[in-house]
Parts: sequence; structure tokens; C-alpha cells
Amino acid sequence: MTDTANSATAAPEGEADGENETRRDFLLIATATVGAIGAGLAAWPFIDSMNPAADVRALASTDVDLSAIEEGQAITVVWRGKPVFIRRRTIGEIEAARAVDLGDLPDPQSDEERVQKPEWLVTLGICTHLGCIPLGQRSADPRGDFDGWFCPCHGSHYDTSGRIRKGPAPRNLDIPTYTFVDDETIRIG
Amino acid sequence: MTTRTWNNPIIRWIDYRLPVFSFMDHHLVDYPTPKNLSYWWNFGSLAGITLVIMIATGVFLAMHYTPHVDYAFDSVERIMRDVNYGWLIRYLHMNGASMFFLVVYIHMFRALYYGSYKAPREILWIVGVLILFAMMATAFVGYVLPWGQMSFWAATVITNLFSAIPLVGESIVTWLWGGFSVDNPTLNRFFSLHYLLPFVIFGLVFVHLWALHVHRSNNPLGIDTKGPQDTIPFHPYYTIKDAFGLGAFMIFYLGFVFFAPDFFGEAINYEPANPLVTPPHIVPEWYFLPYYAILRSIDFDIWFVSAKLIGVIAMFASIAVLFFLPWLDRSPVRSARFRPIYKQFFWIFFLVCILLGVVGKHPPNDPVFGGVEWFQYIHLGKITTAYYFLHFLVIIPLIGWLERPRPLPESISTPVTRRGLAAEGTA
Repeated sequence: MTDTANSATAAPEGEADGENETRRDFLLIATATVGAIGAGLAAWPFIDSMNPAADVRALASTDVDLSAIEEGQAITVVWRGKPVFIRRRTIGEIEAARAVDLGDLPDPQSDEERVQKPEWLVTLGICTHLGCIPLGQRSADPRGDFDGWFCPCHGSHYDTSGRIRKGPAPRNLDIPTYTFVDDETIRIG
Repeated sequence: MTTRTWNNPIIRWIDYRLPVFSFMDHHLVDYPTPKNLSYWWNFGSLAGITLVIMIATGVFLAMHYTPHVDYAFDSVERIMRDVNYGWLIRYLHMNGASMFFLVVYIHMFRALYYGSYKAPREILWIVGVLILFAMMATAFVGYVLPWGQMSFWAATVITNLFSAIPLVGESIVTWLWGGFSVDNPTLNRFFSLHYLLPFVIFGLVFVHLWALHVHRSNNPLGIDTKGPQDTIPFHPYYTIKDAFGLGAFMIFYLGFVFFAPDFFGEAINYEPANPLVTPPHIVPEWYFLPYYAILRSIDFDIWFVSAKLIGVIAMFASIAVLFFLPWLDRSPVRSARFRPIYKQFFWIFFLVCILLGVVGKHPPNDPVFGGVEWFQYIHLGKITTAYYFLHFLVIIPLIGWLERPRPLPESISTPVTRRGLAAEGTA
């Protein structure tokens, strides 16, 4: 700091006498600080303009009608531009999900923690590895070794609770925030 | 100029391989600048800063804008209502355009007054005129993007100027449009050009500065610097002066942004473009009004040449004539301070430019003075248009011949040192 202040202002004679050094340094640092704070404040509107806009934020919740989904069927709905898997599980699938020893799971979580009503599994349809969409929604899809979902990108297998069982994905499929508005409707987000 | 040695080893290492620090030191710190520059010399740096503000705000607007006839208007409204601080960024950009022209016009009138266009700064001046052309093109295509009524009809009218060209005019207009009217292809290419041209301006500004730094700034006395006693280093003297001027400018600029953001705009541009209805009163933005007045003033054919073509030629010539100014002005004296006749004609010319702007703002057949029906804006426009060209083509060459300039001071320091600082006069 002292270096630059000195050399930058040293050119005209009689300017750089020692007495004024500290005052000049103080002024230089104070000016630069105020300038930096001002630039930072001015930058904020620009940075914030890249955050989700009001209309995007307004679309942050989605209502889904569940009445048409039969047992054993699954649907995919779009919430915030992302797929959400809603599966109406059969008794067999629920029992399979609940019979697992938590010690066998890479990301231990009981099925009870992951559902609000055992019949309805609601998860984000995004593989926690690198963001692909796992297969298993349609009856013809491969569902992996655990009868849930199988991610074609790098071979992650999810079970009937959407939990990671095999493959590179680090976490279970995420559960979005949702509430049952009534027995046949949920609001995601 | 001696090359600095750097104390910091990292800076020294980099500078030895890529002398960025020496370059900045040479051009922004130690750069010898005439010590008598007035505040009129602030407007160059203000123009540069405004260009940077325009590019920065423009880049962020482009993140939210959709160049399609069905979405453009709505996407701008979305920027205004939904995008975080979108209103601020758009108003900075909108008013920034006006500020850019204001600052550049002051910068140009300063050059005219102090003879900054004269040898050896002719190329510096010519590059400046090229920058003005590029700015005008950028401003025009940018104004079309919000796709309001004025956007659409400005695009229609300005592109139709080219239809005045004999034989190929109509084909050129179709080519410009990418269709048979101003439509989606036009909007798409205008957006592309509006993103491109500012960087062309940026390149021209670099050339402008390059030329400037060869013979360095002119000054209010219009005489060459004679040695170190006539100059002071750019930093801190002019960095601080430019910073102060920037502060004053920002208060003015942000005053519009925050308190009168639509002051320079036309309300009807908040109505979506309608290709079937032209608004009753079409006016360009204020910075184009003088050229618009010149265009409209030509309403007569000359022999076989149509009024339309002459009007278009006159409008472009009103700027192109500036290219020739360094050779039209034969006076060896730069500053109007020592040119008693030129000084008066400079101010008349300035007034005529303002009047041309006033003419451009009003419908041609409105009376200039209430109650005097026979004297309409079209008449004032013809007089001022004629005077505009007379100034460059006749008055300036004649003054160069006939004027007896006042004696020039020996150096920048002499007028100061002779008045009470005799002891330093030998420096």
C-alpha cells in the first residue's frame, strides 16, 4: 500500500514530504474502502437479478390430483421444472420397503420417515448422483434389482421407497415438501 | 518516459513477461497531462464509463429478454415487474443511452470549441465520428427491442430511409427486414446487432485512446505542451478530477433513473407494437431530433433527384461533414479563446443545433410562435438546416482565411507564471 501510494504520487516536487504520509495513507485507504463498498452495493442488484424472478417464485408450488392413479401405477409431474415421481404403492411394495434392515442401506432411512401415507410415495425424480432421471415409472421400464427405479446413466438402483441400494448415487431420492390438501390432492412445494 | 522498476517481486515477474503494469503506469499513472485542463475535459472519461455501464446493464438485460415478436414486449414488462431489480437495470440502460449521447455531444462541442480536431489529432477526431455513427446505429436497433409502438414505427421509418437509394433501394430494405415488413426476422437481427455493436464501439474507443495517447490531450489554450513544466501526472491529479466529475454525473444520471425514469421516453412505447396502426405523432429520441429535422426539411426535388433521397443524403451528410472538418478549418490556431470571430460563430452554431432539435420535436406545420401562422417549424427547419451546412462548408473556411487570431501565449505555464510567480518562470 505504502509503496504504491508513494510511487504513484511522488512525481511533482514538494508533494511527498514525510509529515503527510500517514494522513495521505489514511485518505487513500478510506477512499478505496468507500469505493469498494459502493461498488459492492452497486453490484448486488445485478447479481440478484440472476436469482429466480417473482414469476418464477410464484410457480414454486404445484397441486396434483391423485384420484386417477390406480394401485401399482406411477405418474410424473413437473414441479419447479423438475420431475416428481408419485407412486401409489401396492401392499407388497410397502412391505418390501419396510422389511429392509437399515444397516444394509448406504443412506439409512426408514420407509416411515419417507412417506406421509404408506400408499403414496412422493420423491424427486432426479438421481442423486449426477442429475439424470431414473427409469421405472412406466411398467415396461427396467426397475433395477430392488423393484424401484434404475438410473441408466451410471447404474444406480433404488428400491420401492426410493432409497439408494446399489450404484454410485450417494443419497436416497430426495423427498420434496408436500402436504395432503385432501385425500385425493397433494400440494408440492 | 522512464520505465518504472517494480518493488513487488510478483509484479516484477509478470511485468517482465507481459508489461501490463508498465502499460497502466505509462497511460494512467505517470501519463503527462496538460496541467490546465478544465472540467470540459471530463466528458471523455465519462463517455467511456457510460459505455461500460451500458454494456454491463445490457448483458444483464439480455439474460431476461426474448427477441421474438410474440414475447419481446412481455419479456421487457417481466423485467420491469418480476425480475429482481430488473426495473433498476432497465432504467439504467434506457437513461444511460440518453446520458451517453449527452456526454458525447458535450465532448464533441468541446472539441469544436478548442479545436481538438486539428493537426495532429485528425485521426483521433475521425475515429470519434465513427464512434458517433456506431452509437447511433446501436441506439436505433436497441430502441426497437422493447417492441412497443415507437419501437416498431421507428424501425419502419428508419429502415425505409434506405428505400430512397435509386434502383436498389427497395431490395436493400427487404434485405434489411428479412421479409416484406418489419417483423420477427428484423427483431432477431436487431438484437444480434445490438449485442455486437457495443463491442465494435469498444474497439473504436481503444483506437481513439491509442490516437489520443500519441499526441496527448489538447487543452483550453490549444497550444502544445513545451515540457514537463506544462504537464502533471494523470494520477492523482486527473484521476481525482475525473472521479469528482463522475460523482456529479452519477447524481444527475441517477436522478433521472430514480425520480423521472421515463423523462426521455415516449409514453406510447409502453403500448405493444401494432403493425396496422401508426401512432399519430412519431418522434425519435431527443438525441436524433436534429438529424430528423434535417431529414424533414428537404421537401423539394432538385432536378430529377427526389426530395426523399436528398433528405436522406442531407441527414447522413450532416454527420459525415465532420470527417472533413480538420481540412475545412484552415486556421492554425486551435482554441476559440484566441479566435474572436470563430468564437461567436461557434455559439451561433451551437444555438442552431439546439434549434434543429426543437424543430425535430414539433410537427412541421405547427407555428413556431403562437399567432404567427405563416412561420412554421418547417421554415425554421429549412433555415437552420441551411445554416448547419453553411457553417461547415462556408463560414469555417472563410473564418480561417479572414480572422486575425489573438496572440498565443508562449507556453501553458507562461500566462500563469508571469502573473506573480516569476520565480518559477524559468522552470
